[in-house]
Parts: sequence; C-alpha cells; structure tokens
Amino acid sequence: MEQYLVDITLILDSTIRLAVPLLLACLAGLYSERAGIVDIGLEGKLLAGAFAAASMSAVTGSAWLGLLAGIGAALMFSGIHGLASINFKGNQTISGVALNFLAAGLTTFLGQSWFQRGGYTPQLSGDQRFSPITLPFAAELREVPVLGQIYWELISGHNIITYFAFLCVPATAFILFRTRFGLRLRAVGENPKAIDTAGISVTLLRYQALIITAVLVGIGGAYLSIAQSAGFNNNMSAGRGYIALAALIFAKWRPGPALLVCLMFGFLDAVQFRIQGQSFPIIGEVPVQAIQALPYILTVVLLAGFIGRAVAPKAAGVPYTKER
Amino acid sequence: MTTLPRWADVVLLPLLNVVLAFLVGGLIVLAVGQNPIEAVGIMLYGAFGYGSGFGYTLYYTTDFIFAGLAVSLAYHAGLFNIGPEGQAYVGGLGVILIGLALNGTHWAIVFPLMIVCGAAFGAFWAFIPGYLQAKRGSHVVITTILFNFIAVSMMGYIISRILKPAGVNSDESAPLDAITRVPQLRTFIELFKNSPVNLTFFLAIAALFFVYWLIWRTKFGYAVRALGNNPVAANYAGISNQKMIMIVMALAGAFAAMVAVNNVGGVQGRLILNFVNGAGFVGIAVAFMGKGHPIGVALSALLFGILYQGGQELAFQMPGITREMIVTIQALVILFTGAMGDMLRGPLSRILAQPDPVAGAK
Repeated sequence: MEQYLVDITLILDSTIRLAVPLLLACLAGLYSERAGIVDIGLEGKLLAGAFAAASMSAVTGSAWLGLLAGIGAALMFSGIHGLASINFKGNQTISGVALNFLAAGLTTFLGQSWFQRGGYTPQLSGDQRFSPITLPFAAELREVPVLGQIYWELISGHNIITYFAFLCVPATAFILFRTRFGLRLRAVGENPKAIDTAGISVTLLRYQALIITAVLVGIGGAYLSIAQSAGFNNNMSAGRGYIALAALIFAKWRPGPALLVCLMFGFLDAVQFRIQGQSFPIIGEVPVQAIQALPYILTVVLLAGFIGRAVAPKAAGVPYTKER
Repeated sequence: MTTLPRWADVVLLPLLNVVLAFLVGGLIVLAVGQNPIEAVGIMLYGAFGYGSGFGYTLYYTTDFIFAGLAVSLAYHAGLFNIGPEGQAYVGGLGVILIGLALNGTHWAIVFPLMIVCGAAFGAFWAFIPGYLQAKRGSHVVITTILFNFIAVSMMGYIISRILKPAGVNSDESAPLDAITRVPQLRTFIELFKNSPVNLTFFLAIAALFFVYWLIWRTKFGYAVRALGNNPVAANYAGISNQKMIMIVMALAGAFAAMVAVNNVGGVQGRLILNFVNGAGFVGIAVAFMGKGHPIGVALSALLFGILYQGGQELAFQMPGITREMIVTIQALVILFTGAMGDMLRGPLSRILAQPDPVAGAK
C-alpha cells in the first residue's frame, strides 16, 4: 500500500515536470492563435529556444543568460513568421512548417560546428542550469504523513521556470479576459476589420501577440535544455510543439483548460515510462505505443467533433489586408 | 495584385526565390567559417561525379518525386497535406505484407501488386484526414500532422511486436527473397554499381506524366483545380467538394506510399523502423519549389536528390558541415518559395514595369 502511494506521488511529480514545456508552448500558441496567427512553428521555436539556451549557458556559465538567449532565438523565429504571415501575407501554415525545418536543421548544424559533439552541447552543471528550489518548511514538514509528502514531492523542489509556467495560467486568463489589451487581442483574432475600423493597428497587435508567444515558448525551450536536462541534444523537443498545438485545440483556446489538458498529456507521458513492459490484470500488457499515440488520437477525435466542438478563432490563419 | 508577365510569374519569380534560399544557405555556411563555393563543388561531385553517387541521386529523386506529387496534388485542391511521411510509412505495411505473402514469387508479378497494395494502405491513411475534413470539418493540416505521429506509434508497434521474426534483434520484418525484390538498375546498367536506384524510378517518371494528364487534361483534374481556386464556385458548378476532398486526399496518400515501394520493395527488402526518414517532409519543399507542376516537381525533386546525395559527400569531406545543412536549405526553400513567395513580386513588377493594360486604355 505504502509503495502505491510513493509510486503515485512519483508519477504525479514527473507529470508536473513533463507538463511544463507543453504548458508554456500551449499558452504561447494561445496568444498567437487568439490574435489570428496560426503557429505550427511552435515545435521549431521550442527547439531553437532549447538550443540557444544551452549554447549560451554553456559559453557564459549563466542559466539566466541562457534563458535570455532562448527567448531571443524564439523571438527571431517569430519575427520571420511575422514577416511572412503579417507583412507578406504568406501562408501561415507553410511558414510554420518552414520554421520547424529551419530549427531542426540549424540546431544540429550549428551545434556540430560550434561544439563538435555530434549536435550535443556540452554537459551543463551548477549555475549553468536552473536547479530545484526548496520551498519554505518543505524539509521540516516532510515527516507529516500525506500532506507533508505531497508538499515535499509535488509542490516543492521544482525549478523557477516550473513555478513561472503555472503562474502564467492565471496571468494569461487575466490578461486575455480582464484587460483592454486582451480584449483587442481576442478581437483581432475574430474580426480584424473591426479592430482596424476602431483605429487600432492590426499589424502592431499581431506582432505584440507574436512577441508574447516567442517569450513563452522560448522559456519553454530553455526549460527543456537547461532546467529539465543538462544540455541540448538533437531534436530534443521531440514533437512537444505539436502536442502543445493539440492541447491548445483540446483546451478550446482557453488558459484554464489548457493547464488541465497539458497536465493530462504530461500524465500520459509519465505513465508511459512506468508501464513499459508491465502486465496488468484483465487488459494484459498495454503497448507503450498506444499511450504515446493517445494524445494525438484524442485530438483527432475531438477535432472530428465527437467529443464537443473545437472552434478556432475565426480569423486564425487568414492574413489581414487593409482595404485600399 | 500587381501584374507580372506570365514568364516572370511562372519562371523568374520562383527561380529568384530559390536563389534567395540558396544565398541565405550559403551565408550560413560562410558564417560557420566554411567555403560555400567549395561546398557546392563537393556536392555536385558527390551527386554526379561517379556512378554509384549518381545512382543514389536518382534513388532519392524517386522518393522526392512521389512525396512532392503527394503534396502538390492535394494543394491543387486547396488542401495542405503535411502527411506524406505517415502515408508513406503506412504504405510500407501494404508493400511488405503483399511481399511476404508472395515471398519467393518472381518480382514481375509482385511489383505491380506492391504498387497496388502499398497505394491502398497509403490512400487509406490519407483518406481518413480527408474524410474528417469533408464530413466533420476538422482541418486537414492538423489531422495530417497528428496522423504522422499516430503512424509512427502504430507502425512501431506493428513492426516490433507483430512483424519482427523471433530471434531477430533489430526492429524489422522478415526479409523478402532476392527474386521478389524490385530489381535495382545496377543489374542491367553497370554505371549504377552499389547504388539503390531501382525500377521504381521509372514508376516515378510515369507518375509525373500521369499527374500532368490527370490535372490538366481530364474533367476530374478540372474539378480538382476548380475546388482549389474557389470552393464556393466549384460547388455551384456542381462539383461535390466533400467527395473531391476525400478522393484527392486518398490519391495523394497513394502517391506518398510509392516511397515505400522504392525503399521497402526496392532497397531494404524488409520493413524497418522509420524507413521513410523525412522523405515525406521533403515533398513539401519539392511541391512548393516546383509550383505543383510535374515539370517543376521533377526538377526540384532532382535538386533535392542532388542535395541529399551531395550532402552525404559533403559530410564526409568537410567536417564542419553536417547533413543537417540540407534540412536547413530545405527549410529556406519552403520559406522563400512557399510562405514568402510573393515577397519579390512588388519590386519585380516595378523593375519589369509592364504597362497596366487597363490603365493604358484610359
């Protein structure tokens, strides 16, 4: 019985760890899609952010400079996306796909020519990483049954990005639904013409959204390489950008549900490691691949309208052309 | 939209965009302290300089023609198919199943069946996103992405748990007999020694002609293009959008699956994990670079064939450059020809300064 409790706590703990990059990328996508810019390129930005953060951190020895570099890389990618989809009114999907390839190619290519370790950055340690933070009294309360355990294992002991990611959820809800900026952001994703008619620049608003997107997903990338892991390796985003996109659809472009869905996907990911090769009563051995595919399958089913309807912001994916 | 002469629109603009992509790629090579001109020389040597290199180039070209057609065919109908990777992967299942079922039979009988069976599996995998878009309104872009991932998981399971023969360590199916495999061209032509280019190459050429005929010479192709240009008008013209979307997606998936005939049937002779290895994604770049036209697709598939084979050579010869440089160039090609395709349109039309026929009449 005791062992079960420990197992569950451990799974929930890794659920939180695995949900963080998803959550940051998902909220990032939330801002841009709410503003009418579809962002298939989240995957690439996550990867570019992870690479830049690890590289900078390896060279300077500071995790904080690494974090800034991660954000910077994501900003550059968002800039290209903005140019293509806002200024040149290009196809946003194609631009996003291109950015994903760009990140996949550049990170390995630059990584090899900078560090000569087959695309890996050097191992990071100490100040080059974000280390766990022990919350006040966590150690003292550890002996308290259940609650003390939960506080020690689940709530305390994460790094600063984790806490930031979870704080972003209420912050996003507030910005989106309680501020003038949020109102305009949502409006530009639904009806850019109305925004334009009101004398507000659609271009500026959309770029602002892309900047927020880049900051969040850049932090998410940095989390992968300098908080969760100790360095960058090839393709370390491993489809998380796409999963985040799926989570965004699942959450119907709302911050609260986004948190729940990311936790759920994180949980599936955590369980997948645990059940590998284990046999269960009645169902027998569950193929790991089935659990891997579950988030994608669920999203397909949702998209098909079998479990509620996911309606994207109306103007998402449509470049805005001012009337002449 | 400013008017450009037709030749500029069809040839000059895409060409300039591709040149731009390669210039930026060259700058990146320069930025890491390597010589881009030297790199191009090595690549060209690797792709054409010797028999097996040339054979490899044609082998890659075969893959990219099929993947490119899978993307461009759908794009003619206004659908962005990001799924050739998964479609080719699932197509591989069809190819190996029929191959193993008839193992030991002469290839002349099995080859056509591999085409049909692979196509059926690939078509099925693309049909579902098509169906979901047509009937349930879910967007084909998202669903094809998701289906790529689902294919990876599903095929991973099937290969490692079902097809893998007992006592084999690596994740792969049982092999096909030599007589059953699609023959490689080196058995007829000395030049291609040690290279994997096989009869599927001619299938790719035939596919190019077929797609040209289909899209521009048949009623079906007219309906496809009508749907792509204006779905509402197409609907009024009596074209069933839903039916067309499903047929076109299935057809695209069938083309993508031919990548599997080339690889599973013609080279590996078995189904291995992740055999598609990104060829499906290259198809996206090929389709945009080739503007969806079979001639364009053929040329850009060849160019990417050169890049891939030349890239291998480059990775050998210049230690500072890895194969991933090719992925970067691929990205730049998609970016400049796809997403920023109209960037140069304004400046170009000013330079060419064609008098506007309407303004001239005033």
